[in-house]
Parts: sequence; C-alpha cells; structure tokens
Amino acid sequence: MAEGRIITFKIKRSSAGGESHWDEFDIPWEPQMNVISALMHIQRTPKTRDGKTVAPVVWEQACLEEVCGSCSMVINGRVRQACSTLIDALLKDGGSTVTVEPMTKFPLVRDLIVDRSRMFEALKKVKAWIFLDGTHNLGPGPRQAPENQEEAYPLSRCMTCGCCVEACPNVNDSSPFIGAFAISQVRLFNLHPSGKMNANERLDAISGVGGVADCGKAQNCVEVCPKEIPLVDSIAVVGRDTLKRALFGWLLK
Amino acid sequence: MAGSKYVCTTSSGKVRRVAVVGGGLAGLMTVIKLCEAGVPVDLFSLVPVKRSHSVCAQGGINASVNTKGEGDSPRVHFEETVLGGDFLAQQPPCLGMADAAPGIVHLLDRMGVPFNRTPEGLLDFRRFGGTLYHRTAFAGATTGQQLLYALDEQVRRFETMQVEDDRGVAIPGEKMVRKFEFWDFVQLVLDDEGTCRGLVAQDLKSMELRAFPADAVCLATGGPGIIFGRSTNSTINTGIANAIAYKQGAVYGNGEMIQIHPTAIPGADKLRLISESARGEGGRVWVPKDPMDKRDPMQIPEKERRYFLEDKYPLYKNLVPRDVASRELFKVCYGEKAGIMGRNEVYLDLTHIPEAMLRKKLAGILEIYEKFVGVDPYHNPMKVFPAVHYSMGGMWVDFERDERGSLKLGSPRNQATSVTGLYNVGESDYQYHGANRLGANSLLSTIYAGMVAGPAIATYVDNLDRSAFDLPAELFSKVEKSEQKKFDDLASRDGTENPYGLHKELGEMMLRDVTIERHNPVLEKVIEKLGELEERYTKVAVVDKSTKANQAIPFMRHLEGMLILARVITEGALARNECRGAHYKPDYDDKNKDATHPIGRDDENWLRSTLAKWGGRDGARSKVSFIREFDYAVGSQKLHATDAIDISLMTLRKRDYTKKKAAFAADPTAAQKPAEAPKPADDAPKA
Ligand SMILES: Cc1cc2nc3c(=O)[nH]c(=O)nc-3n(C[C@H](O)[C@H](O)[C@H](O)COP(=O)(O)OP(=O)(O)OC[C@H]3O[C@@H](n4cnc5c(N)ncnc54)[C@H](O)[C@@H]3O)c2cc1C
Ligand code: SF4
Ligand code: SF4
Ligand code: FES
Repeated sequence: MAEGRIITFKIKRSSAGGESHWDEFDIPWEPQMNVISALMHIQRTPKTRDGKTVAPVVWEQACLEEVCGSCSMVINGRVRQACSTLIDALLKDGGSTVTVEPMTKFPLVRDLIVDRSRMFEALKKVKAWIFLDGTHNLGPGPRQAPENQEEAYPLSRCMTCGCCVEACPNVNDSSPFIGAFAISQVRLFNLHPSGKMNANERLDAISGVGGVADCGKAQNCVEVCPKEIPLVDSIAVVGRDTLKRALFGWLLK
Repeated sequence: MAGSKYVCTTSSGKVRRVAVVGGGLAGLMTVIKLCEAGVPVDLFSLVPVKRSHSVCAQGGINASVNTKGEGDSPRVHFEETVLGGDFLAQQPPCLGMADAAPGIVHLLDRMGVPFNRTPEGLLDFRRFGGTLYHRTAFAGATTGQQLLYALDEQVRRFETMQVEDDRGVAIPGEKMVRKFEFWDFVQLVLDDEGTCRGLVAQDLKSMELRAFPADAVCLATGGPGIIFGRSTNSTINTGIANAIAYKQGAVYGNGEMIQIHPTAIPGADKLRLISESARGEGGRVWVPKDPMDKRDPMQIPEKERRYFLEDKYPLYKNLVPRDVASRELFKVCYGEKAGIMGRNEVYLDLTHIPEAMLRKKLAGILEIYEKFVGVDPYHNPMKVFPAVHYSMGGMWVDFERDERGSLKLGSPRNQATSVTGLYNVGESDYQYHGANRLGANSLLSTIYAGMVAGPAIATYVDNLDRSAFDLPAELFSKVEKSEQKKFDDLASRDGTENPYGLHKELGEMMLRDVTIERHNPVLEKVIEKLGELEERYTKVAVVDKSTKANQAIPFMRHLEGMLILARVITEGALARNECRGAHYKPDYDDKNKDATHPIGRDDENWLRSTLAKWGGRDGARSKVSFIREFDYAVGSQKLHATDAIDISLMTLRKRDYTKKKAAFAADPTAAQKPAEAPKPADDAPKA
C-alpha cells in the first residue's frame, strides 16, 4: 500500500441509552499499521469523517504483541486480536474499510470493552491449577520427557482471550456451555505428572450440563484461536476421558 | 488458615487484610506467601492479573543449577549480577537471590511451568548476556507468560479458599484472596503518624472511588517505560503507582538507571523486543561493510559483513551485557552512520541455525517478528535497533542482613519502603540490579522479592498494636472524599491541551535525550521543557465526559505521574556526573572519550544510590530534593538509612568484557570452587 492512502474505520460504539451506533473515522495509512495503532490515532484526534468531535473510542489493550489476550474484537466480521491485525494483511485483497465491533458473547461494558469474567470463573470451576503442597523448598519437580513438554507447552499458551468462545455456535444466551479454552485447560493439567493426581475432579467438573458433551464439534474455535491451540484435539481427549470415567466410575461404585 | 499464629480477625470479628497492588510475578508471589502465612489479601490490578506485563518476558529465568557440568554456582551468579550492575546493587539481597534461584526454578517446575527439557527429562538451560554459563531456564520463548500463569493459577486457587478464624472455623463469604481487577490505585491512606493504613482505588468500569483499609500495602506495580512514549513495555506501564507513593513521601532510588535493550523491532505503536535469547542461541549481529550495499542481506558474503560485537569482544561476542551492546549499536548507527542503508538498523541474524532447532527454542519470539513485520526471520536476517526496556531504579526499599551477610528472611525490614506499612517489590523496587540488569535476572528478582516480602509483611502485621480495621471510619472516608473531589475537578477541565498529545511530546523528548547517551546541557534543556509540560498539563481538556469506562480521565492522572517521574529520572541523570552501567555520559568518560566501554566510573563520589524525595511544587512545576540519609520506622523499630551501597561481599573491580571471564578477573579459581550449600529459598517468618 502507498503513502497518502486513507483507511476508513467503521467502529461500533455504545450510545448513552444502551443502544449502539457506528462512527466512521478516516485515518492515513502508515507502514506496519495495525488496528490498535489506528485506535491510538483516533484517541489523539477523535474526529469523525463528517468532522464531528466525539469521545475517543475505548478498548482494552496491554502488551501489543499478542500475548496478554486483552484486545479481542470482531474485525471485518471475524474475531481476532486487534494488536496483531496488520492493515496491509487485512486488506490484501483490496478495499479500504475496516469494521470494528465488540465481541457479542460477553456482556457489553462500553464501545469495544466487554466483560470476560465468566472465563476466569470457568478456570476456577475446572480447577485449572496444580494442587501444590506449598511454596517451601521441596527440591526438583518430577522429571518429564521432552515429548510431554512439547504437548503441554502449546496448550499452556492460552491467553484467555475469548476468541474461541465468541466463534462457538454452542455458546449463546440459552446455553451454559463452558467453552473450548476451559476444556483444553483440563487436558493440560491432567497431562502433568502431579496434575494427574486430581484428574477426576477436573473431569467431573466438565461432565454434565454445560460441559464437554455440549460441544457440537463445529470446529469454529480452532480456526480463530490466535495461539493455534489444538482445541479440537483437546475436546476429543477430554471427551474420551470423561466418557471413560463415566463408565468405569459407575462400575467402581 | 490453620497452623498460623496470625489472627486474621479483629476483636469485632472483621477480617483483617493486606492490600497488594499489582498482579505481575512480584505481586502474585507476595500474595501466595501471605496466604500461606494465613494473611488474607485484597489484590488490585489495572487489568486482569493474567494480562500483566510479566507475560511479555520471553527469554527465561536465571538459576545456577549447574546441570551442564560447567562449574556454575550461586556464588558465581551473585558476582556476575553485582558486576553486571556496576556495583550499584545492594549485595546482601543479591546474594540471597542467587542462593534462592535454583529453589525458585524447581518450585515453578512443581507448579507446572512447561520448562524445556533435556533428553534425560531434566530442566534445560541456555545462555544469556553477561555470563559464560548456561544458567537460564526457559519455557519455549514465552517464559514470562508461563511463569505468570503458574502463579496466577495458585492465586486463583486461594480465591476459592475460605478465610478461617483462629479456631479454624470458616468465616462465611470471606475468601483468602479478593481480586479487584480493572481498578486503579490512586492514593495511600496515611494516619497522623504517617503510617500506611490502606488505600483508595478507582473502579475503571463504574468509575467508583473507594477506600480500602489494609494492615499493610505492598506495591508490585512494575516499570515506568511508557514515560519514554514507545518502549518494549506494555501500555499500562506508566509508573503511576510509584509516582503516587513518592508524592506521599516514599523515597525513590536510582531513577536515572534505565536499561536500553539492544535489539527491538522499530514500530509506530510499540518497539517490540527480540529477546536476548536469540543471541543466546547463536544469533549474530552485523552490518554490511558498505552501509549502502543494496544487495539482499543473504547475498552479502561473509567477508563483506562486519560482526562488530564479535570483533571487539572475542570472548563474550554477541552476549556482552545490554548497556555495552546498546552503546555499540548506537555508535555504529549514529556515530559512524554505518547502519543498514545509513538508517538506524542493524542485522540480527539467525539464518545459519537449522530451522527445526529455532522452531523448538525461539518460535514465540520469531513469531512476533513474522507477525508484526511480515518477514520470515528463519530465512532473512531481522532488522533491529535499541529500545527502552527496563528500570533498574524504583522505590527505595530496606533489607536486614543475616550472619552470613545475606538477607535475613522474615525480617519486617525486607522490601519495606521509607513509609511505615508500605512495601514494594518487583520492577518497581530499586535494589537488585544496580546500574544495569543482566538478562533473565528480572523474572528471578520479582519472584524472589515476593518470597521475601510475604514473610516480611506477615511479621509486620503480626506485631501491629492496632489494626487498620479498628481505626475510625473517618480516616478512610476523608481520603475517599478528597480523592473524589480531585477526580471531579479533573473531570471538569476544559482547557486546550490534549493529554495524549502532551504524552507524545514527553515521550519523544525522553527517548531522544535521556537514554543511551546523556549530555548535561541537553538534560538541562529537558528539565526546563518538563516544567513547561507540567504547566501545560494544568490546561488539559477532558476529551471524554462519559461516566462509564472513561479512559481519558485516568490517563490524565497517569500523565501527571509520568511527568513527575520523568523529572526524577532526568534530574538524577544530570546530577550523576560519571559513567556507570546504563548511565553513560561521554563527557565524563574522561580517560578515553571514544570508548563505548565506559571507564569513567567514579567510585569516590558516586558509589552511592541516588535518593529522591518529593519536594512539593513551585507553581505547576514539581520539585525533587536529593537526600543523602533519612530516618524511618518499621513498626516500633526506629531506623536510619543512608545512600551507601553495601559492598561487604565482593570488592570493587573494573567491569571489562573485552578480556577474560569478567566476573573472575581477580580470582580465576573461583569458578572451580564447589557450590555453597543452598539456603532454603524461603520459610515462615522467624520473628
Ligand atoms: C518484552 C520484555 C521481555 C522481557 N524478557 C525478560 C526475560 O526474558 N527475563 C527476565 O528476567 N526479564 C524479562 N523482562 C523483564 C520482566 O518481564 C519484568 O521486569 C517483570 O515481568 C516485571 O514484573 P512485575 O511483577 O514487577 O510487574 P508487572 O508484571 O509489570 O506487573 C505490574 C502490575 O501492577 C499493576 N498496576 C500498575 N499500576 C497500577 C495501579 N495504579 N493500580 C493498580 N494496579 C496497577 C498492573 O496491572 C500489573 O498487574 C522482559 C521485559 C519486557 C518488556
Ligand atoms: S468445536 Fe465445540 S467448542 Fe469448538 S466451536 Fe465447535 S462447538 Fe464450540
Ligand atoms: S483457546 Fe485460543 S481462542 Fe480460546 S481463549 Fe485460549 S487463546 Fe483465546
Ligand atoms: S494487546 Fe495484548 S494481545 Fe493484543
């Protein structure tokens, strides 16, 4: 793209009465421009295309390098991280308009900010932690094969950004489905040599209503995950393990 | 919790709590230690703690576990830390940290951090700058993220645990940790004696301001990189919490010590870091011998490239400490105009390393280059330039020595600031890195500081005569009201200055004039300009009138804090007429003006901390007073502190990375000595 080019940002805003409206901003193209650098530009000069001065857009951000999970938004119809969405890549097939909307599966706070606390609650529910005896010095941890690390590490990069929840057709107002990320965390902790010891607690938390069985295997989640976490594999592994537990759990009783 | 003697309820049955502000590694470790000691916590953070800046750390965490048979030991780690910091670090806490490091890495491993492994299933270690040993444990190239998640998970577990009274009965509705995320700390509550009794914070969604009593407050609020506009830091790193505490009387140490990282990707919104681990895994820095060489870098033959770090430092090569490397890059680009195509860029080259190996060890970092530049770094050398990265300076904190000269665990003096009842840990404190931080030592120091602060605070609150929760409510409502008034006043500003525009001006000036090279006449101009910016700040306009999730008004508050700390940094730099670590003044490198390796360290006059104290305002302009000593108290202990550095454990020596093993220039046998028996990394308070 060339210098002097103008990119139009159509941004969905909250109105005072609780409804939404769109504001359009014209922003000069810059090399390596991304959606956040454009929002920063609006912050400094919050003037719409038709010359009206408005309140700067509000959004969440922190790391600007796609590792904190703050900046998930729906950009040109697809949920993604605003900081790593380069305008050149986004518009590589032409066009000069970028639409930006808040995620829809979480309660709206204002403009592009939504409330993702349900995700952190889900992590409590599935006990996504090691049951540590304490932080006093107990010497080295369990030995682990490099292959174990190679399986765990990608799962451990989940930044609770919510893209998988936004994209999932089975998450909606009338469904309590927990979401792919939480299922994948169950797999992560059940893989760890000491995490395994509480595997059943986690499997129980993810069985039943809102659990892994509510997933319709639509695979939308894996397509949007910015960290390319193998969510469908995780769902398969955890689904199989809950099933096994349901069968043998009953037998053992 | 059972087993602790701490009584966590007041006589009227209220739950007593400690407030921790900041949920990066330092804050979370403090919270865990407090909970283990039976002390309930209120935890505040600008963002969900899982999104704290610590996630950005890529390369790894240091610990001399010596699994590669190199003869590494905590003593060597300690000496290299002190030497790397050019002798400005306090030695007892550094020794405590180096001794505790192997235990800390093992602890993190037990918590489930997916550290890279050797074929035997042990932890793998890599090399970082300022050392010749493989001492850095790593989890892919997102070590900070992995460490933060491990601590975040343990804190989440405490969020589900009940507070128990001294008979072990659960108190209904009270959890060990209460989180206040999207809350901005705005003021400490100090009683008439100046003891810290709690804080006021603001909910950034509803904009509610509320006072919270706390038996102690611990700031763990990270670095101030955003003062420089663009840096490698997260956008929330404005340093505001330290600015607030400083304004309320806490002493600030070594503000001028700002680390410039040699290798970042230039960018309009952020300067994204390419971790030192890229060089640790064999990455080479070079420029074409002919700067105007138009060929694709892969077509430029070896003999027409200039590997300027390897030429000058044949032993450490590309892994000299950061200050040294940054100055070399700066000299090549600015001094010799020999950057790529005459621009401020050099090559950082990994293309000689097999792609599979790079993917295994550096994928997280290289992905950043690929994502944000759009070029494949596996087959093309990356283009990089130095960027502001880390603050060695921060809030002054105390420590107590033990018989060995190391840090005495459990002492309530550890990590205590000059304000009674206020503690500080992590990048926001000043004591572990002196004038320059070694790579992979920060993650370690944040966690170690948290391990030390937890027991220290537990001891302090155990010995309080009176709990903050038994004090009259007016103490808190008074501060809450005055903060509300300040906020309403800010919200009604209708001046002419855009706060974001002012910040841009501040950042551009600080980045240009107060980083790699410092010149007194320039610094004087910066100080004058800062005064002007402070005056213009009084004429800011509120650009957003909304009463919900208003980001503009809190930003104004943060801007005021950034202006205050910018002055502390710049006046500190002006005063310190020498070269030490990251602080480099060519005019005071008297013996050799062209040396990028400063030999102008002036131990006679400047082997001391810069101690800054808020000096009030002259009109709109803030004032700093630099002090040499002060009195303060921890509980009933009356103490006196000076700016002297504790150098009782290692004698001064020259910092020269061009020859020999720098840390052992004076004692070549030290590396062969057996490791000292490691001290337990922690323990319940002993007092
Ligand atoms: C790109 C990058 C890479 C790095 N790589 C490494 C590495 O490989 N190895 C290494 O050792 N170090 C590395 N570092 C340095 C290291 O990451 C940081 O120094 C360290 O993570 C700081 O941790 P912290 O806990 O002190 O603070 P942070 O993680 O910055 O946390 C600060 C916390 O304070 C909160 N906070 C701040 N102000 C307020 C307020 N007013 N109210 C409420 N809450 C507030 C924030 O919300 C946050 O929770 C790197 C740094 C960067 C920038
Ligand atoms: S695979 Fe399951 S979790 Fe993923 S989008 Fe489909 S229904 Fe949702
Ligand atoms: S699984 Fe992927 S998309 Fe879902 S929260 Fe984690 S990182 Fe985001
Ligand atoms: S700002 Fe952190 S992921 Fe985008």
